[in-house]
Amino acid sequence: MKAGSNLEKVLEAGHFAVTVEIGPPKSANPESVRHHARMLKGYADAFNLTDNQTAIVRLSSLASAVICLQEGVEPVMQMTCRDRNRIALQSDLLGASALGIKNVLCLTGDHQTFGNEKGAKNVYDIDSIQELLIFKKMRDEKKICGGEELEEAPKVFLGAAENPFADPFEFRVTRLAKKVNAGADFIQTQAIYDMERFEKWMEGVRERGLDKKVHILAGVIPLKSVGAARYMKNKVSGMIVPDSIIDRMRKAKDPKAEGVKICIEQIEYLKTVKGVHGVHIMAIAWEEIVPEIVKQAGLYPRPSV
Amino acid sequence: MIIAEQKPLKEIIKNLEGHRKILVAGCRSCVAICLAGGEKEVGIIAESLRLYSDMHDHLWEVDEITVERQCEKEWVKEIKKIVEGKDAILSMACGVGAQVMQEIYPDIRVVPGLNTSNMGAPEEQGIWREKCAGCGDCVLHLTGGICPIARCSKSLLNGPCGGSQNGRCEVNPETTPCAWDQIYHSLKRLGKLELMEQIIPPKNWITSHSGGPRRIVKQEAILTAEEKAAKGGLE
Repeated sequence: MKAGSNLEKVLEAGHFAVTVEIGPPKSANPESVRHHARMLKGYADAFNLTDNQTAIVRLSSLASAVICLQEGVEPVMQMTCRDRNRIALQSDLLGASALGIKNVLCLTGDHQTFGNEKGAKNVYDIDSIQELLIFKKMRDEKKICGGEELEEAPKVFLGAAENPFADPFEFRVTRLAKKVNAGADFIQTQAIYDMERFEKWMEGVRERGLDKKVHILAGVIPLKSVGAARYMKNKVSGMIVPDSIIDRMRKAKDPKAEGVKICIEQIEYLKTVKGVHGVHIMAIAWEEIVPEIVKQAGLYPRPSV
Repeated sequence: MIIAEQKPLKEIIKNLEGHRKILVAGCRSCVAICLAGGEKEVGIIAESLRLYSDMHDHLWEVDEITVERQCEKEWVKEIKKIVEGKDAILSMACGVGAQVMQEIYPDIRVVPGLNTSNMGAPEEQGIWREKCAGCGDCVLHLTGGICPIARCSKSLLNGPCGGSQNGRCEVNPETTPCAWDQIYHSLKRLGKLELMEQIIPPKNWITSHSGGPRRIVKQEAILTAEEKAAKGGLE
């Protein structure tokens, strides 16, 4: 065990894991994080607290993760390289570990021009692969990036994201391999709608034996409306939403119910894909729907390990 | 070369307010090539200032001169006689040239006429693209001759981020190719794709601006005290 987190235990025991995203509010009020943590308790093995997602200023992922701990649910703290240099990232990792956070997701981060501080000076001192290298070195060698010894190492289960739908496609498996070699213990993918391309990517992953070295959690986003589907197809870079999905949403009498149905079908399918060890549900601003999805997908109750 | 573009005329005029004897000083190097601060642009801006002055009874006296290179003090010193008596110089050089001008003529206010953008190259007539971030530790041998520090919006060193689609950068898909997509295809052409597998460790940014203002010393090129004295006598 690297960190002994619940997520790590679930995955190591061979269960099909469930992680769920909780978006921190654009506010100093912690109540929405508390509310979601209470409401979703028991429906996932760990909960991702996003780090100023899409470069929008929000309650910090560190603070949100601590609020989750206070509510008795396990956080996955996201840490982007956009806003912090290696000094701040390492310091925050030590702080997170000291506060009891055991899962960290290493991300490069969305570019600041997408958010609400477009004129910000970005950092990008390191990229997500280098972040993994540094955090692994801290955990396993008790050394910071610069080489100095730590009195006590942080105990963290290290995650990273991967997008099978970005280009060049042929490089996406290599990029996963780089993340695994850099120290990723688990991977959460971009939301999958194009199952064919995902399968092709997974083939490459299995060919290189990467599914044996890292736990892959496949990302899903339940759709609320045809507008949301179109938005993701047209406006979100690195996402492929097939027309068949858009058609289904367009024709549906109850788009929300259809969105849930599609999501459950996707999870059922992903359960059968060799090398997929779990799902990561990103119900962006629709966290209330998660219990229904988890139950209907046959993933409730969560195993106790 | 250094790429720059002219500040809006309104801004230039605002920055010159309170001055009367103005010298518009151009530069024949990079900024002339990128059509921002060469002889022709100096002529246009000087004439615009004269017209503005006439229309607003400012009584501005606007002279113009273009030097070979404003970033080298020898060239800048040559215009001493023209500079004398002026109370402002509108430097139509890059930020380097404007600063050298201020160093050589410390008592005369130097006002920038250009916004200096980047180190780049002409792509086609009228379009210039950034190519180098001057980080002081070149990685082009690892990246198929394409700089990820300058040309990737996130300065990534280990491949494209999740936003790379159809060879375009998510930050400005219409105008900006994904540098890592270009690197991938360049390395593929060169038969060096294995370089994409290597993990490039965290960069040492000391050689970049993170180490403070940079200075390069080439010992063998520095003149001795005697040589300096002899050269001084010639000037």
